[in-house]
Amino acid sequence: MIQFNPADLATMLPELFLLGATCAILLIDLFLKPAQRDVTHWLSLTALLVAGVLVWRGAPEQGTSIAAFNGMFLRDGVATVLKVFVLLTTGLVFLYSRDYLRQRKLFVGEFYLLLLFATLGMMLLVSAGNLVTVYLGLELLTLSSYALVALNRDSAVSSEAAIKYFVLGALASGLLLYGMSMIYGATGTLDLAKIHAVADFSADSPHRMLLAFGLVFLVVGSAFKLGAAPFHMWLPDVYQGAPTAVTLFVGSASKLAAFGMTWRLLDGAMGGMNAHWTQMLGVLAVLSLAVGNVFAIAQTNLKRMLAYSTISHVGFLLLGFVNGSASGYAAAMFYMISYALMAAVAFGMIMLLARAGFEAEEIDDFKGLNQRNPWYAGVMAIAMFSLAGVPPLFGFFAKLMVLKAVIDAGQMWLAIVAIVFAIIGLYYYLRVVKVMYFDEPHDKAALELPRDRGFRWVLSLNGLALLALGVFWGPLLDWCNSALMVGAR
Amino acid sequence: MHLPHLLSLLIWLPVLGAIAVLVFGRQANTARWLALLTAVATFLLSIPLWTGYVPATPGMQFVETLAWIPALNANYALGVDGIAIALIVLTTFTSVLVILGAWGPIEERVSQYMAAMLALEGLLVGVFAATDALLFYVFFEGMLIPMFILIGIWGGPRRVYATLKFFIYTFLGSIFMLVGLIYLHMKTGQFSLDAFAHAGLGAREQAWLFFAFLIAFAIKVPMWPVHTWLPDAHVEAPTGGSVILAAIMLKVGGYGFVRFSLPITPDASQEYAWVVIAMSLIAVVYIGYVALVQEDMKKLVAYSSIAHMGFVTLGLFVALALARVNANPDGARLAVQGAMVQMISHGFVSGAMFSCIGVMYDRLHTRMIEDYGGIVNVMPWFAAFMVLFAMANCGLPGTSGFVGEFMVILAAFQDSPLIAAVAAFTLIIGAAYTLWLVKRVVFGEVGNDKVAKMKDLDLREWIVLGAFAAGVLAVGVYPKPLTDLMEPAVQQLVQQLVLAKM
Repeated sequence: MIQFNPADLATMLPELFLLGATCAILLIDLFLKPAQRDVTHWLSLTALLVAGVLVWRGAPEQGTSIAAFNGMFLRDGVATVLKVFVLLTTGLVFLYSRDYLRQRKLFVGEFYLLLLFATLGMMLLVSAGNLVTVYLGLELLTLSSYALVALNRDSAVSSEAAIKYFVLGALASGLLLYGMSMIYGATGTLDLAKIHAVADFSADSPHRMLLAFGLVFLVVGSAFKLGAAPFHMWLPDVYQGAPTAVTLFVGSASKLAAFGMTWRLLDGAMGGMNAHWTQMLGVLAVLSLAVGNVFAIAQTNLKRMLAYSTISHVGFLLLGFVNGSASGYAAAMFYMISYALMAAVAFGMIMLLARAGFEAEEIDDFKGLNQRNPWYAGVMAIAMFSLAGVPPLFGFFAKLMVLKAVIDAGQMWLAIVAIVFAIIGLYYYLRVVKVMYFDEPHDKAALELPRDRGFRWVLSLNGLALLALGVFWGPLLDWCNSALMVGAR
Repeated sequence: MHLPHLLSLLIWLPVLGAIAVLVFGRQANTARWLALLTAVATFLLSIPLWTGYVPATPGMQFVETLAWIPALNANYALGVDGIAIALIVLTTFTSVLVILGAWGPIEERVSQYMAAMLALEGLLVGVFAATDALLFYVFFEGMLIPMFILIGIWGGPRRVYATLKFFIYTFLGSIFMLVGLIYLHMKTGQFSLDAFAHAGLGAREQAWLFFAFLIAFAIKVPMWPVHTWLPDAHVEAPTGGSVILAAIMLKVGGYGFVRFSLPITPDASQEYAWVVIAMSLIAVVYIGYVALVQEDMKKLVAYSSIAHMGFVTLGLFVALALARVNANPDGARLAVQGAMVQMISHGFVSGAMFSCIGVMYDRLHTRMIEDYGGIVNVMPWFAAFMVLFAMANCGLPGTSGFVGEFMVILAAFQDSPLIAAVAAFTLIIGAAYTLWLVKRVVFGEVGNDKVAKMKDLDLREWIVLGAFAAGVLAVGVYPKPLTDLMEPAVQQLVQQLVLAKM
């Protein structure tokens, strides 16, 4: 029996606010002339900021979880952490891409609206307490993303990427849905917590086979969305084909949401079977590390290289799950946050160097950057060293926590595999640094910087944050830990 | 009494100086003076470390502890004993000379060069001062970044190959150590080196950890057969980079053995000491022969560095057998002490040798031995210094090179005369390659017209080489202050080795 409780609305306030604000921006944008598009820009940022404040202020007390709408929607520590970073990285997308879009005549209201809807989808996804809510949030996110990738509709590459993304994404959603239906069949409920309680995986259970298949489909669907090998085929093409502003979004914010979904489904609903899915994820992790790191070496296109590097980072993330306990998930979440912030710098730099009619997406375009602009070369170098996992940068500590989780789980060999691939991965990150610092530029003139001063400042801060979080990463780790001590049963 | 937070100051002053140089160093001369000022200030601040050290008090001194990551129980923990102090002073001393040495030769992107040097200095001090394994690791790896940039931007023609090889090679080694450290953290729940040493590890665990540490530090030292990155890095690095690399960075490897391998895995170290001793002896003899045939001066000195560092590892691991099998703690102390003196001495000698090559390179822009000859005729002052350092490199009594090697051979003899005999080969081979180098470069007829036009040392170069010469002679003639400084730490280490025996 569905009951309506007015207090549930208060629980969902950030999402409701964002929905209202997005609709309002949709209407306002209709009446704006193209020259006034900045209004949409600032309104969208304000909406994200207010939503962030609402998320923060209404956060449940540590260790508790508020359920709304009969458990459809959960507000707990993990949801809070992920929402804060989803909103933050989406805000970075807005801040970084204004000039980039303007130069490409893509500075349109649709970009903002689709992104805001995608953000709403992500917030729903990470708060989902029910398979239906998972699917709803996921579709809101991915449908908006397909359209965003195709935003530059005159570009054949973009359209190709969007179609690939759509077809494979739809396939993945189908698989996920199929898995959900099996689990529903086996347990008779869609509620994640109830599935966890009811699912009987003992040897004499009549639903054993059904549950196993359902689990496999859930894992495959999640792996698709995360971009783990061997379900990574869409990722390089989408990263390369999409406008960089959209790549930034797909590479940072939506990865956070994908983490949230994977965690809700696997630990929230199927936690009782973690002995099975940790093994599956272990295999996926090793494959992703291998495919991502080895293929990235051969790339000359920076966006494509970063795509393969994403695959390898997803591999590392999945290693955190292999631990199958709260500390492992906390390490994985910590890792994903660090990755989102690092990816934001890397793609932001590509947009910084891009000008009208020039994409700056080849590694060669970064040649001699140190001589043209030492500051931004330094920012990019920080991002690259951090992605490679060299201390004292943020990325190293994220890797450290995941390795620790793996070793604590007694999987020493997985840790060794991970570090061997980390060494292979080091090479292609160093190559970018090499190009920037050791090569002579094509064009010795000082770098022409975008006029948007906010972009430059925030990008610099984003880069410095990787350094600062490399020294003061304790509080963030504590936050992740305290968020997950609840989630874990 | 000493300054509070002296160690933190020594780490962060150069780092802050590096930032200041980057920000204010648009003018090359501003950058140079600012860097020099920072380096001199750091050096002066490091002297109270030596004078304020109380040998009678056991354990770490100048201790600082600050909670860093409470969730992991990792601390910003610093502390030094005599060994660390000697290495820190060596670092700050060499950094001043390196910055002075780069005054003229580095003309492009001066501020970045100086900043990288200062950052490197800070990180190196951090490595020697950290008593928390995670902090140690951060400094240990972090110093790769400035060195990578130094070799890559200001290096020779094959600099990119050399610097990538350097970075990836050393990263490969140390990341295995990281796995070991995480494992130890799992056992003890903290990252303190002291806790690691009392972790009560079983034989199997110790063996695994021992090899994890061995990979990391053997690459850093570097020991045969994982030394191949060093000649490339040395040849391509700018003079300052070579000096820091040889004089200090290699010592980090030796220091790692002292801080990690010996105290944490004493039983495995003893069991596998033969591996390390064999590798050291091969380094001493085989690499000595390799050095003999080099035509590039820098490569020759690079190989001689590997051979000399072989004495450090030899001394450290001979000490184990002496302390634990032969029940000869005095001999063990002698071996460790010898290894430590050899580290300091090699810091002076190799730094000086690379500086000398830098002086010649600045004039003729070639490192090939055949391009020189008869320098003594045109550069008498330079020739005098070069011959002095060459003598130190072959271990002539009265120079620092003699003291450490003699102590190690003496100790090795107490363990096994055979090891001592093989090690003593170095006196012949070392003399052969060094003196032959001197003969071909410094003496004889003036080689060609270009050599004839070479100018003798200017004041700046005189100061740099003079300072190195003072260090070489001081340790050579009167090593007692140095050995006194390190004695308590050495004694403690040997005691620990004896007591920890299973």
